[in-house]
Amino acid sequence: MVELNNISKSFAGNKVLDGISFSVEEGESIAIVGRSGTGKSVLIKHIIGLISPDSGSVKVDGHELMGMNERELLAIRKKFGMLFQGAALFDSLDVTENVAFPLRRSGITDETEIARRVDEVLSLVELPGIGAKMPSELSGGMQKRVGLARAIVHRPQIILYDEPTTGLDPIVSDSIDQLMMRVRDNYQVTSIVITHDMRCARRMGQRIIYLREGQVYLDAPADDVFNSEDELVGQFIRGEADFSVESV
Amino acid sequence: MSAAKGELFSFVEGMGRVALLAGEVFRSLFKTRLNWSDLIRQLHFIGYKSQFVVLTTGASTGMVFCAQTFFQFHKVKMDTAALSVVSVAMNRELGPVLAGLMVAGRVGAAMTAEIGTMRVTEQIDALKCMATHPVDYLVVPRFLATVISMPLLTILAWLVGIAAAYLLAGKLLGIEEAFALRHMYFYTDTQHVLMGVIKAVVFGALISLVSCYHGLNCGKGAEGVGRATNEAVVHSCIAILISNFFLTLFLRSILYPA
Repeated sequence: MVELNNISKSFAGNKVLDGISFSVEEGESIAIVGRSGTGKSVLIKHIIGLISPDSGSVKVDGHELMGMNERELLAIRKKFGMLFQGAALFDSLDVTENVAFPLRRSGITDETEIARRVDEVLSLVELPGIGAKMPSELSGGMQKRVGLARAIVHRPQIILYDEPTTGLDPIVSDSIDQLMMRVRDNYQVTSIVITHDMRCARRMGQRIIYLREGQVYLDAPADDVFNSEDELVGQFIRGEADFSVESV
Repeated sequence: MSAAKGELFSFVEGMGRVALLAGEVFRSLFKTRLNWSDLIRQLHFIGYKSQFVVLTTGASTGMVFCAQTFFQFHKVKMDTAALSVVSVAMNRELGPVLAGLMVAGRVGAAMTAEIGTMRVTEQIDALKCMATHPVDYLVVPRFLATVISMPLLTILAWLVGIAAAYLLAGKLLGIEEAFALRHMYFYTDTQHVLMGVIKAVVFGALISLVSCYHGLNCGKGAEGVGRATNEAVVHSCIAILISNFFLTLFLRSILYPA
């Protein structure tokens, strides 16, 4: 469904991604983990065509994204839903209009249908009745949940989560994890989660890809990763800073 | 000198990219469905809410220009020609240029800041992820609203400027009102009005395109938004002043064929 082949990307001479290759099958749920600055967010933006690689190829359902113009990419992006790190809600629109946005842009004009689907997803993320609030009136966790509702309202085939629990307290993080699992199980969607929260990775990732210095260091089933005897992987999972192993 | 050279290169490069954006806007105008509620909201912000600043500028310019003209013309006993000079100048040059500069400052800055903030908070990426082209959703309504509003605001500036000059001429400077009006009607023709309206449309297009371009391409963080806003206003004003010269020559040759 999603296939990345030898992706490389540099910004101002700084190589962020260096020959990344992996594929994601339909219905699969994977977690991409790695330390801050290893290019996780850059990688996820390649998958949805927000960033073009310097070399390599990105295929979605067999369509090569490299060389597509912005309008051609829009058709591909209809398959995706994305939850941004900062939720990226439109601050000039209330919650209802934010969540209804993908429906309206896809050409649905029946207001009853739009209201029904908005209510459905807001209930799924456990935020019924907040449709009239503006994003600025919501807490960080609520914004993430509204962002999740917006990402799934048009029933995408693939959902991308960019650091879904970053900046949230453990309780709210837990609720976001559970919502993501509910969405994955209820809608049977392909899920790709970018995170450095290992609890989130464990819960969402049937497979885990560990990025290090812009390369895939390990790509394995979740159990294998968590039981790995590799020193660097173990250090990352345990969240230990070891200056002898890796500079901080 | 090198700073000015850098600014010039930056301006020319920016205008090239603005031309590409203009191409995308025209393509979008003919190929995608317009969101009317967005257009109306932008018309309200750009047109309706700019009235006060344009009205004040028009009145002030009309009165000052009338007074200065009168002081010079009075020496050669041409007092009643003052109003006609104000009318022609307001129609052809001062109305569209001053309205353009004021709208660039008020509306252009707001456009860049709003779109720039959307960019740094990933809202523009979110738009793209929801299969929405930022030009269709953000630029086209602003472009149309500015192009529609600018001629109307320019006409408002003329009317208020000439009315203020008329009141000043008649009530304070002691100019014979009937003769002043007669001369104004005689020397102001349709081409003058047309020239001003065409200029206003072009300035409206320039302001919206330059401002949206800087918003869509602003740097990271608050500093990036601030810099983009500053550049948008400066580049819009320079674009208005430079294009005004060429438009004057071009429209003169079209509207007044030899």
